[in-house]
Amino acid sequence: MASDTFDIVIIGSGPGGYVAAIRATQLGFKTAIIERESLGGICLNWGCIPTKALLRSADVYDNIKHAEAYGLSVTGASFDLSKIVDRSRKVAKQLSGGVTYLMKKNKIEVIAGNARLTPGTDAPSVEVDLNAGGTRTIAAKHVILATGARARTIPAAGLVPDGKFIWTYREALVPDTMPKRLLVIGSGAIGIEFASFFCSLGSQVTVVEALDRILPVEDVEISSFAAKAFQKRGINLITSANVKSLQTTAGGITATIESGGKTQTIEADRAILAVGIVGNVENLGLEALGVTMDRTHVVTDANGSTNVKGLYAIGDLTGAPWLAHKASHEGVCCVEAIAGLHPHALNVARIPGCTYSNPQVASIGLTEDKAKAAGFEVRVGKFPFSGNGKAIALGEPEGLVKTIFDAKTGELLGAHMVGTEVTELIQGYGIAMTLETTEVQLMETIFPHPTLSEMMHEAVLDAYNRVVHI
Amino acid sequence: MAIDILMPALSPTMEEGVLAKWHVKVGDVLKSGDVICEIETDKATMEVEAVDEGKVLEILVAEGTQGVKVNAVIARIEGEGAVSSAAPAQAPAPSVAPASVPPASKAEIVTETSKGERIMASPLAKRIAQTAGIDLAGVSGSGPHGRIVKVDVEAAMAGAPKPAPSVSKVAQAPIAAPVATPSAPTALPYAAGTYDIVPLDGMRRTVARRMTESFRDVPHFPLTIDLEIDQLLELRKQLNVVGAAQDAKVSVNDLVIKAAALACKRVPGANASYTPDGLLIHHHADIAVAVAIEGGLITPVIRKAETKGLAAISGEMKVLAEKARTRKLMPEDYTGGTFSISNLGMMGIKSFMSIINEPQGCILSVGAGEPRAVVKNGALAIATVMSVTLTCDHRVVDGAIGAAWLGAFKALIEEPIGLML
Repeated sequence: MASDTFDIVIIGSGPGGYVAAIRATQLGFKTAIIERESLGGICLNWGCIPTKALLRSADVYDNIKHAEAYGLSVTGASFDLSKIVDRSRKVAKQLSGGVTYLMKKNKIEVIAGNARLTPGTDAPSVEVDLNAGGTRTIAAKHVILATGARARTIPAAGLVPDGKFIWTYREALVPDTMPKRLLVIGSGAIGIEFASFFCSLGSQVTVVEALDRILPVEDVEISSFAAKAFQKRGINLITSANVKSLQTTAGGITATIESGGKTQTIEADRAILAVGIVGNVENLGLEALGVTMDRTHVVTDANGSTNVKGLYAIGDLTGAPWLAHKASHEGVCCVEAIAGLHPHALNVARIPGCTYSNPQVASIGLTEDKAKAAGFEVRVGKFPFSGNGKAIALGEPEGLVKTIFDAKTGELLGAHMVGTEVTELIQGYGIAMTLETTEVQLMETIFPHPTLSEMMHEAVLDAYNRVVHI
Repeated sequence: MAIDILMPALSPTMEEGVLAKWHVKVGDVLKSGDVICEIETDKATMEVEAVDEGKVLEILVAEGTQGVKVNAVIARIEGEGAVSSAAPAQAPAPSVAPASVPPASKAEIVTETSKGERIMASPLAKRIAQTAGIDLAGVSGSGPHGRIVKVDVEAAMAGAPKPAPSVSKVAQAPIAAPVATPSAPTALPYAAGTYDIVPLDGMRRTVARRMTESFRDVPHFPLTIDLEIDQLLELRKQLNVVGAAQDAKVSVNDLVIKAAALACKRVPGANASYTPDGLLIHHHADIAVAVAIEGGLITPVIRKAETKGLAAISGEMKVLAEKARTRKLMPEDYTGGTFSISNLGMMGIKSFMSIINEPQGCILSVGAGEPRAVVKNGALAIATVMSVTLTCDHRVVDGAIGAAWLGAFKALIEEPIGLML
């Protein structure tokens, strides 16, 4: 039973935890990180990265299916699901290995096991049930919780994964079979990405959403544009609908869905639950320490401090938006604040969000509705992919870029995009917002031709009635 | 990372002092030379200037705290690029220099416009400030390297005086072009390119602030008297003949210092300071002598001048003046004077009135000695006459006391043998 002392101990090695650990060592802290499964957390192993690998296979397959449109002849195109999944797992494994290397390089001690907190002096003491057996007690001046989150379940409606017919993202990432008919419950980024993936591979996909539109956090116009694109691809979207029950049958599932006073039954081979996520707050000893929580999320201040001395929390555990890049950023801010630096406060309005479906969706800042609701007098600019040379040349003429400006100050309040590769474009607006440019600097910026990014310029010009190419 | 600001020793013997006043608050961005606070010792009140640059993070000793030990941490500032120089209390004393230091260069920390320099502010901040009539020079930036961002301007707007509500709707005339809002940038009546801007250094800022405060807050009054100095000049000549062998050359100014010191002993009421707690009647005449130096002036102090011989005063003055010109004066050299002398006689100035050098109650302005027509025993005669003006702080020195002091001073100057006693 070893006993050790560290400056900072981080529980959880996802993109929040491992980035915080690296920043901590950069600042001279003796740092340890505790992980019960694989380094990199959900993001690298069961989230962002492996889904991108699957979706890449789907994109390539979609392109092959449309080869003729590009003057190419491809016959007999098909796929092997197990190979697609293998590739995805290899990508995840490679990146998890990369985190192992980064931990070693930065001399961060990695402790494999389950952590539990008990009252301590400077900070809670950390007891680790080691995966290898035995326990280890660790004392640290600062303990950062980065335990992440997992799929929400709703037992009352039967929305509980059974590992065979009812999946969460976890099972959906390693499908044993191609479902002919797939029911996706929930139309946030996770649900829509899986819907898009399985649709590309030939599933008949139905998406059920409780709210009145899919991708409900996105701008109405964007979400409606995306909905039409998905419907065109053959995805059946049922909005304003509640799943009353979800039952497994001999070979699949039966869901009873109520919408607009009508009830319908949907049968499918598999169902994917994507109805939100809950924080991993259990079995950490948080209750005994009296950590303030809001449902399944730990309550913190701007730099991650909890109400318990020496205890911090970052990432999904602290609530929405549940995004890897938000977790990493919080991790850095938290550690810098511990070091006595003065990190800038995380501005939620400047966290971009991306959905890697076909078409892709990306956004940052306020939607048009939210900007108006917040009392802004707005100027809105829009530019369609059909007016962009590069989009036409790519054979991707469907999409939209939309900008929302504060009419009074010229502040870029939000930007919203749907279409091919928009997830790679959104950062441009992110930089502009962070640097607090106004429309003037964006108009003065020279965008390279021919690129999709020119649409970002045009969408700004359009907000001030100066659009060129429409 | 944070840089500690320590309680300074104002003199080699100082062990503790009173933190009299803070001139900065948390969040202010300091530049080298800015006055941070005032420290009082039994001898003096001293302004402490910033050496390091950066934002004030914490003020650890409250205003008015007595008995603050020398070298105690009184404040912390966020120093750019000086991460490990002062170990911050919270950091776990890293054994290695942190690998990642924000690559900030001090030159980038620019927040003032008075020098005509570039203001680091986001385009959005500039536009909001322009619309609201906020002068960015008065806004401290919270962004990287002190960059002014939107929230800073909004905070400044929230703190700025609200525009006066329109007085009356009866008066239908539209309020056309407001003359100037208080916060509007000062519009200079000089075309760009027709002048050079000399940046304000610490001394200039200190002179500007102290003189403004004194002239505004202290009730000044001047008393002028003419002194015949022929005997004084004669005495000086003799002294310098005698002293030549010892290389001791006494100036008129040295004689004036000695005379002023003795006058202070004869009229102690003029060697005094006003404080809210009472008038300080000083035991010794610590004579502060204004010395013009490049970029300003400074007043080194001849301590206990009433006890010192002319040769000692002369020698000390030479050393102090040289130290002043080379900016090597230590705080104990120029603080704690009880009475000031400013002499512009060598520049041919006949008579002038100095501004009180707080907290000293009087300052003597010495003009040029020159041959003038005087009336002696009902007949015109020629004498070398020097006009001096005693400026008094009326809170502590009344006219009669000032006049009594000048009487004593006149007697010493005109019959300078008294200086030899």
